[in-house]
Amino acid sequence: MATSRPTYADAVTQTVAPTTPLPARLDDATSSDATLRRFLHGLPGVDQVGAEARAATLGTRSIKTTAKAFGLDLAIRMVDLTTLEGQDTPGKVRALCAKAMRPDPLDPGCPETAAVCVYPDLVATARQALGDSGVHVASVATAFPSGRAALDVKLADVRHAVADGADEVDMVIDRGAFLSGRYLRVLEEVVAVREACARPDGSRAHLKVILETGELATYDNVRRASWLAMLAGADFIKTSTGKVQPAATLPVTMVMVEAVRDFRDATGATVGVKPAGGIRTSKDALKYLVMVNEVAGPDWLDPDLFRFGASSLLNDLLMQRTKMATGRYTGPDYVTLD
Amino acid sequence: MTPPETGRLDVRKTYKLYVGGAFPRSESGRSYPVHDAKGRFLANAAHASRKDARDAVQAARKAFPGWSTRTPYNRGQVVYRVAEVLEGRRAQLAEEVQHGEGLSRRQAETAVDAAVDRLVWYAGWADKLAQVVGGTNPVAGPYFTFSVPEPTGVVAVLAPQGSSLLGLVSVLAPVVVTGNTAVVAASADRPLPAVTLAEVLATSDVPGGVVNLLTGSLADTAPTLASHMDVNAVDLTGLAGDPEEATRLEQLAAENLKRVLRPPDAEPDWTTGPGLDRMTRFLETKTVWHPVGV
Repeated sequence: MATSRPTYADAVTQTVAPTTPLPARLDDATSSDATLRRFLHGLPGVDQVGAEARAATLGTRSIKTTAKAFGLDLAIRMVDLTTLEGQDTPGKVRALCAKAMRPDPLDPGCPETAAVCVYPDLVATARQALGDSGVHVASVATAFPSGRAALDVKLADVRHAVADGADEVDMVIDRGAFLSGRYLRVLEEVVAVREACARPDGSRAHLKVILETGELATYDNVRRASWLAMLAGADFIKTSTGKVQPAATLPVTMVMVEAVRDFRDATGATVGVKPAGGIRTSKDALKYLVMVNEVAGPDWLDPDLFRFGASSLLNDLLMQRTKMATGRYTGPDYVTLD
Repeated sequence: MTPPETGRLDVRKTYKLYVGGAFPRSESGRSYPVHDAKGRFLANAAHASRKDARDAVQAARKAFPGWSTRTPYNRGQVVYRVAEVLEGRRAQLAEEVQHGEGLSRRQAETAVDAAVDRLVWYAGWADKLAQVVGGTNPVAGPYFTFSVPEPTGVVAVLAPQGSSLLGLVSVLAPVVVTGNTAVVAASADRPLPAVTLAEVLATSDVPGGVVNLLTGSLADTAPTLASHMDVNAVDLTGLAGDPEEATRLEQLAAENLKRVLRPPDAEPDWTTGPGLDRMTRFLETKTVWHPVGV
């Protein structure tokens, strides 16, 4: 994979840094609803056709042999193994945790996944099953997936998850407020949730902010929501809940990756990106890795800064991995039913 | 196929694969020229790659639950329907068989008729096989046990190299009529009747993915299919006369204990009655017991 950032990207979807002198304006930006609005609407627009064309071009790269083996292992390390169903049981969560720690029981060399992502009431179960394995417990919170609840209910949801041992909290933004232009309200909510992530020992659970891009309608909105979340102090910005179609797409994720890149250029702070929902094949996952490498650079090829929210993706990654190791195509009989 | 006599341009055909009910080009983009028995150009056919074989297995696996749980009676109807549509393409198939195999017109027509009859014959077996190879078992206790045949799963079929239509139908029909789904590697030098059969299957009532037809050299597809962990059985008939390669593929197939039908020393005479062996070869026997009465 090439490591240089192509100038083509900058030509198509302009970077933010040159037009908005940050960080001097950053504090101003969040000081009132009007300034925040002015700042977000001052972000350059996304060229929709250009962004989609560039994402499609990056998706045509051919990744083979050693690069593919590297990409597959990296993708496994980036997976947030997710189960977010009404029918989840403690037994299912424990099975998923076992899989996260040893994705391929036949191959001790297979890396573990980054995290297991569950509903708040199952955090304690996951925590107990994962122990000190190094696999994180991530929990969705704040009235996931709609986010339609009173703020104190959302905060109680978060505190409960953190108290039960969640390492990471995936919150949803109030899309209704965002779409009606009440940006400060969204920002304050993210800030409040971030504070609720604090633990008694002074440390803090990592906060992932779900933008639910499927409901944001335009790439411009995705860029604004990304900046809004980052200004509020998000550690990660995440595309979707997985409950709304379309979920993660390559162009949407690319717009968000550009946002974190520009945010670092402007402030020096590094924020991660997590596409979630709809990524089912190894081929898709490798396309995302290529895109991240080309748009943001190799720094983001790290489980601390890029994640896949997925459930069935892991099985496909494992099947591809086995194919590379044995030369035989394998099938669904040889991986777990999740 | 015949030179233009009226000044009309030749329509030069490039055929495609048949995978999952669709007609994709080879993933590799390759095709190869097909010649008749005298070496004249007939058409281009797709040259299937390893990935095409993998895609075909995936399609076959996906189609298996639906096809295997249909009633045998319904499967018989579907296969009979294939025979009907095949009959409608009689002239085209006879021409392809005639050119490809270097037969006389009469011989080619006889082969096509035999292929249609073979399908009808197998269609009739669909709901009768269980009565012949299954049934209640005699036991010395207060039990009742019975055995029923069940399809093996995804079957990879290397079709005969010589008999491009009758041979193909004779190896394919017994596999699907019993509820398996098939990935067929057609005769490499004579693929055109297989392509036409694919068009017949697509326009009859066979669900997509139940039969997948790959054309091109066996060197790419056969080892992939034989070693594929999601294939349950292989029929090596197409390797008649090549025992070394057959043994090599059999070894690849051993990894996940595929059922293997070894090739004969020479391609058999397909016009003789087939018997039940090809159907029962790709069946598993499930035996159930339960206590009787009080």
